[in-house]
Amino acid sequence: MINQVVLPAQHGTSASGSIYNKKSRISDTILLVLIYLCASISILVLIGIMGYVFVRGIPAISLSFLTTVPSTIKGTFGIVGNIVNTLYIVVITLLIATPLGVGAAIYLNEYAKGGKIVRIIEFTTETLAGIPSIIFGLFGYVFFGITLGLGYSILTGALTLAIMVLPLITRTTQEALKTVPASYRSGALGIGATKWYMIRTILLPSAMPGILTGIILAIGRIVGESAALLFTAGSGYLLPKDFFGKIFESGGTLTIQLYLCMQKAKYSEAFGIAVVLLVIVLAINGLAKFLSHKFNTEVK
Amino acid sequence: MQPKTYSIFGGHGSKSGIERAAEIIFTICGFFAVLAVASISLYMLISGTPALFKVGILDILFGTTWMPDAATPGFGILYVILTSIVGTALAILIGVPIGVMTAVFLAEVAPPGLTRLVRPAVELLAGIPSVIYGLLGILVLNPLMYKLELKIFAGSTTHQFTGGANLISAVLVLALMILPTVINISETALRSVPQHLRSASLALGGTQIQTIFHVVIPAAKSGIITAVVLGTGRAIGEAMAISLVSGSSVNIPLPFNSVRFLTTAIVSEMSYSSGLHKQVLFTIGLVLFAFIMIINVSLNSLLKKGGAQHD
Repeated sequence: MINQVVLPAQHGTSASGSIYNKKSRISDTILLVLIYLCASISILVLIGIMGYVFVRGIPAISLSFLTTVPSTIKGTFGIVGNIVNTLYIVVITLLIATPLGVGAAIYLNEYAKGGKIVRIIEFTTETLAGIPSIIFGLFGYVFFGITLGLGYSILTGALTLAIMVLPLITRTTQEALKTVPASYRSGALGIGATKWYMIRTILLPSAMPGILTGIILAIGRIVGESAALLFTAGSGYLLPKDFFGKIFESGGTLTIQLYLCMQKAKYSEAFGIAVVLLVIVLAINGLAKFLSHKFNTEVK
Repeated sequence: MQPKTYSIFGGHGSKSGIERAAEIIFTICGFFAVLAVASISLYMLISGTPALFKVGILDILFGTTWMPDAATPGFGILYVILTSIVGTALAILIGVPIGVMTAVFLAEVAPPGLTRLVRPAVELLAGIPSVIYGLLGILVLNPLMYKLELKIFAGSTTHQFTGGANLISAVLVLALMILPTVINISETALRSVPQHLRSASLALGGTQIQTIFHVVIPAAKSGIITAVVLGTGRAIGEAMAISLVSGSSVNIPLPFNSVRFLTTAIVSEMSYSSGLHKQVLFTIGLVLFAFIMIINVSLNSLLKKGGAQHD
């Protein structure tokens, strides 16, 4: 109905001439500078952290630092006990959390019929992921430590951490299962495989790199965790005398030892441990990258 | 030779048993997260509420004297709560602009090669254990803050010198720690803005910067808000990184005061506390848990709203 054409008051050519001359706006320049500034802050801070830790920490690392336990009689300070404790906690936590997390993802992706139940489970999984580690620490201390009578032990710490990394494993497994094409499922079911057989022989192997990535990320989380372990796994630093008995004894991980060193103002030892932790974190990051890259190229 | 064995619909007695078992086991696994959240909530309530009634709800939540070991102990945690709120808010105020700008840089401005270099670095920042941030806070930030403190309060007789372990140091550490979360989620949000919106804005004569700030960021708003909420959750729950950086006494959250957060109060007093003191620490845990639950629920409704918009 309205067919009138609004003619511009001035047509085209202004004093600046060509439309190809870029108009530079002061506010644009300011914002661009701000963007570059913020990005360089983020990057410089990261480089600064890594550099500072390595420069201060590498002198503290020696063979005896890596192979002895703290002893006032021998006058040594070493972290081998803490490394062993960390390994214990990583292995036990994963033994508990991986089946549960993968199972939950399989339920959500393959069995659940959708609707309210799935929404509740996904909401609680999100909630669990958002709970800070100090709360897990308090819960583990009261529930596993006192109510179940496990005290300060590696098992208490591992059970606490298992709940903590559960959402991470569930979510990465779910993502991995979602990328398995539907045709794999219908193909397997079509030639007569039962559901569990299909999951076991088709789904899990195809989703394996994704699941592994989740497990590796979980290892990173466990190695870096401290607040949840302070009141659960305690701070023992000796080497285990008995392989299985150690599970019920107190054992501080590397991060706990680092925190205790900080408290006692033993900074050079603290930086030594920090270097070890950073190397582990770097390795884990690299491995996760490699795996997910491999997974993505395979799927494509 | 019973006909049943020939039927494809029958004769799977043992198999269907396994099938049933598998389904049941997976269902239990699925509900484990529900069980975990329920029991954590229950145990936080059970261990956090007794002190509330013993000391009195108002005396704990709005009391300002924290002297758990004195002859007539005071268990007021108002300053602790305020410190957590103020500290988190300041950390968000510093961390979010830097984080969002970095995300804009990565998603919109930087050449792809640089993005490929920077993004792993940011992911690495997220993986660094929090105690290492604490270590650097003590050895790098605290001395700097102490110098600043000496300058500002040079002639002051009322100021209690903290050696640099104060609110600002803690806020800076927190701001740094929420950076990766904010950057990653904002970047994902910015990248998911449809290309045609950008093209339309550019075609209308908007400059790149105008397009970013008037079109792309508003379109990615819900994702960026999610990033802020998640960052808030991370900041308010962080304990180990700031426990030694923030000082060791309960004070009003002023920039150069030595302060105690909800989290650091638990970490540093749990080991030697007993009796009522310990119960009050669990109450502090309960308050923290309440904050986190509020954040989680608001995040959930936010995500739902964002999802509804896209549908």
